[in-house]
Amino acid sequence: MSVMTTPPPVDAARAPAAAVPRTRARGWRGVLSHWPQYVAIAPFYVLFLVFGLFPIVFSIVLSFTDWDGMGEIRFAGLSQYIYLVQDSRFWNAVANTFIIWFLSTVPMLFLALVIAFLLHQNIRFRGFYRVAFFLPNVTSMVAMAIVFGSVFSDSFGLVNSALTALHVDSVPWLSSSLGIKVTIAVMVIWRFTGYNAIIYLAGLQSIPTDLYDAAKTDGASTWQIFTRVTIPMLRPIILFTVITSTVGGLSLFTEPQVLLGDAGGNGEAGMTIVLYQYNQAFTQFDFGYGSAIAWALFVLASVFAIINWRLLSERRDAPRRTGRKARS
Amino acid sequence: MTTADSTRTSERTAPGGPAEPRANDRPGLRTSGDRAAIARARLEKVITHLLILVGVVLSVFPFYWLAVMSTSTTAQIFGYPPRLTFGTSFAENLRNLFSSVDILSALVNTIIVSALCAVLVMFFDSLAAFAFAKYDFPGKNALFVLMIATFLIPGSLSLVPSFILMSKIGWVGTLQALIVPGAANAFGIFLLRQMASSSIPDELVESARIDGAGFFTIYRRIGVPMMRGGLAFLGIFTFITAWNDYVWPLIVLVDPNRQTLQTALQNLNSLYLTDYGMVMAGALVSVLPLIGVFIIGSRHFIANIAAGAIKG
Repeated sequence: MSVMTTPPPVDAARAPAAAVPRTRARGWRGVLSHWPQYVAIAPFYVLFLVFGLFPIVFSIVLSFTDWDGMGEIRFAGLSQYIYLVQDSRFWNAVANTFIIWFLSTVPMLFLALVIAFLLHQNIRFRGFYRVAFFLPNVTSMVAMAIVFGSVFSDSFGLVNSALTALHVDSVPWLSSSLGIKVTIAVMVIWRFTGYNAIIYLAGLQSIPTDLYDAAKTDGASTWQIFTRVTIPMLRPIILFTVITSTVGGLSLFTEPQVLLGDAGGNGEAGMTIVLYQYNQAFTQFDFGYGSAIAWALFVLASVFAIINWRLLSERRDAPRRTGRKARS
Repeated sequence: MTTADSTRTSERTAPGGPAEPRANDRPGLRTSGDRAAIARARLEKVITHLLILVGVVLSVFPFYWLAVMSTSTTAQIFGYPPRLTFGTSFAENLRNLFSSVDILSALVNTIIVSALCAVLVMFFDSLAAFAFAKYDFPGKNALFVLMIATFLIPGSLSLVPSFILMSKIGWVGTLQALIVPGAANAFGIFLLRQMASSSIPDELVESARIDGAGFFTIYRRIGVPMMRGGLAFLGIFTFITAWNDYVWPLIVLVDPNRQTLQTALQNLNSLYLTDYGMVMAGALVSVLPLIGVFIIGSRHFIANIAAGAIKG
């Protein structure tokens, strides 16, 4: 690399670092004099063009065709989308995905907030606790889905054994419609509560303490401080966690696939949208329909994200991004 | 526990203060009041710790249970009442595992893919981040916005066409199909750019330029050393993500002799469902190295995840 590192001194004079305001040459000479920067950023754009943009454009085309990946590509107009709108299996997958999203996100974010509050107290072993809570987030979901499958197993699972010991009727976790959804939701909660708690904790730590002191001198109760100071200050971070939970929740795949297989379990009760896409494209080899499902998911996710955004960012009273003053 | 006991006793003695001989002694009274307040604070702390510990146990228990199952026979796993302590069949489960699937080559493949992904991402992302953070060039802002926009594209959108692309260029079933497409990413460039623009002084870059150093020299001598913290995080993050990647390997690794741990584990799970102990030994093999990597880098890792959410 050092071979190409000594530019002519003219170049250094003409293109100063970001600190000096724009004195750069216009036109092609200006562009050429910055070739090292273009070389530096090129890999991302080249990879994106080949493995990002091209597949996306291609998938629009594919969604208007009927193709099994082997024979001729047949143009099929809107028929994939017309089929999709009438496909009860697709809408079942949509409903499942949203039910699981709701069952997991609400308790998860609530628990995360509680954990963040507890960790925010000035207590010992905080470092250890943070690692322990974060651990589920970094482990392979395939392995843990297998573990959860045995814990929630209908006949001999740990949960049902505990229920039996307590003289409570055991629950068909992996064969009933609600049981399947709850089991998947529990896996999501287990995996992401600690992650969200760590994020809330960082948010709590960034709230200036004089805000609390001022509220206390004004005689505010703990509950008032929580609802009037903490929650508004955390609003942007709560929005962030809701958006990431939505994106993650709508693309749920590994948990149901490992737990229940490609068909999504009894009555397709655990069939999620991405699992249905995988099922149609890679087990039925219906590439056209698989692409149409992918675009339907994209539209659903966008609409849902916009709704979330609107609901949560109505009052933008908390100042954001004050620290970002990048000169460039 | 001793703190809880002493808490209770001191709380009990506090109201009984007046009966004591030095009841009207004012400093004495104040002390017992203070003691009650301290006791209450202590009790609150104990309750906080207990609540947190419940969460910690729930977080960690599945790992413990995985370890228990991988040391037990299938009959023991499904016995009633379930036995919550380690068994003695780990060696046997491991032996069965090695004779059923080629877990060793899956492990090697996973290490190759994860390590190469991490190294390539660290290199390409830091180069781009340094250019974006410390240099001005025509089209920079538009290119940066374009890069951020790629964040919004969900991965599931391109599963089908990416597979077709891979089959056209003959990469289906190969490891480069897992490594090359993700060798540079918007997430890492954005993250490192944030760090570089705040932590590397413009004066330092400028004086290096005046001394005649070119972009790549400045990147290597100033950029890389000053982005070291962010690079370490990005490396570990990429390694973990690549290690756990499942959907894409599941689609593209069609050769049963060339798998990663995740896909090999899923094969094991669907083919040998009756030998639970062995499947759990496989799951343990796929999880343990990762936990090691995480715990080594955990402090840094968690701080960066949190900082990313706050700033992003």
